[in-house]
Amino acid sequence: MNRYDGPVRETVLRSATKEVVMASDRPFCIIGERINPTGRKLFQEQLRAGDLSLIEKDVHAQVAGGADVLDVNMGVPLTDEAELLVKAIRLVQTLTDLPICIDSSVVEALEAGLAAYQGRALVNSVTAEDERLEAILPLVKKYDAAVIALPNDADEIPMEADKRIELTEKIVRVATQEYGIAIEDIVIDPLAMPIGADGTVGRTALETIARVHERWGLNMTCGASNVSFGMPGRHAINSSWLPLAMGAGMTSAIMDARTPQIVEAVRAADLLLGNDAWGSAWIAAFRAKQAAVGPS
Amino acid sequence: MTPEEILQGLYDLTLVGNGPEVLSLTNQALALQMEPSTLLFDALIPALEEVGARFERGDFFVPEMLIAGRAMAGSMEVLRPLLADTGVETIGKFVMGTVQGDVHDIGKNLVNIMLEGAGFEVIDLGVQVKPEKFVAAIEQHQPDIVGFSAFLTTTMPMFKANLNALEKAGLRDSVIVMVGGAPVTQEYADVVGADGYAADASQTVKRAKALLEARRAKVMA
Repeated sequence: MNRYDGPVRETVLRSATKEVVMASDRPFCIIGERINPTGRKLFQEQLRAGDLSLIEKDVHAQVAGGADVLDVNMGVPLTDEAELLVKAIRLVQTLTDLPICIDSSVVEALEAGLAAYQGRALVNSVTAEDERLEAILPLVKKYDAAVIALPNDADEIPMEADKRIELTEKIVRVATQEYGIAIEDIVIDPLAMPIGADGTVGRTALETIARVHERWGLNMTCGASNVSFGMPGRHAINSSWLPLAMGAGMTSAIMDARTPQIVEAVRAADLLLGNDAWGSAWIAAFRAKQAAVGPS
Repeated sequence: MTPEEILQGLYDLTLVGNGPEVLSLTNQALALQMEPSTLLFDALIPALEEVGARFERGDFFVPEMLIAGRAMAGSMEVLRPLLADTGVETIGKFVMGTVQGDVHDIGKNLVNIMLEGAGFEVIDLGVQVKPEKFVAAIEQHQPDIVGFSAFLTTTMPMFKANLNALEKAGLRDSVIVMVGGAPVTQEYADVVGADGYAADASQTVKRAKALLEARRAKVMA
């Protein structure tokens, strides 16, 4: 692989009191994913009734598991998503000092969430569709946020890396030239699709990651568990996937920090890629685990 | 091979997704003058039913469902014209599509496989299907059921837009409407006024069959 030799791209995220930097020479940025009611019936019912108590539990679990950033999604059908998202963001900010990734496909909800958020958020997400770029990038600029961008357009999720690179090029051009967004604040999602449905998608995503890294040095994130959809042994697959992606240049993932197997795989890869100086984080985590178990 | 052995072989090899062998056995069966409908109803459909049952139990996984579906599809390419010639009808016609604004199709494709596996004729309109395209397809194919798939909370409202378009075209009562996709719930399906919802591919087949039976019973009454 040809290495990118430009300046290291630092995507800076902040809460009111804490800063997290996503970069290729830093430890992998774990975006905790559970604060999301999709597919969770009880959670949805509670949110609809105005009960946000499950959020508290999820936040604590993600923080305890080692998340660096928290993804907050309040996509509950038949509710006012903007209102709910604002409430959730305010609550999460009282529970933790981790920065937030504001996750919605509803533009109004994103704007309300950005306005309510204290700090520098990561917006999840925009695509290469003109309509989405026009609606979301001005918000990213206005609220001085960073943004996750997916290289798909209105027609399809491209199955070839070439097309994804072409759409990444469009996103970078439009965001930087038309909206004045710093290139460091663009985080590309290379589109890791389920391997169980098509055996070629892993290599396509890896090629996309390598080429985005080589060409722009951009930070990249993806939904870590998407690759293992429909397969048994999902944790093991996800734990293999992330180090492979990290080797190609991925710098973050939206993942469930409650699964030690995956978090450990990521932290070991940090060490192996030289992003954990003197192995101090790895050793500290080992000691913490030892202390939790007690003397043997 | 005896006809019984061929049927057993077709069943077993479809279940494990061995496409080339399924095709070869299909041709052997036809050379022995076996009825295309026998192959379909006594081997292929039961095999895919078993695939669905195993998937639902968590014993079968997505790739296994895909290769079994592909094995059956290979055989059906040979059988379909013969079935049409002999006047064998499919159990129902299903028009399927991912709604406008949405490009996700993995879940929809799995549902298609299980529907075809159950003996439905599936007309797949692909992704980003506009309401007027659903209307045109329903007018052209006159399906028993139309399925709307959506993967995003932002594209789910297209269910209602599609239903309104059907209403406007005077087609709402002529077709059963099913909806599905990751964020979709039974409650949401009820609110938009769909006739049916299912959480996964295998349940979609059961629900589709039940809705179809109910509709036909009503027409007969």
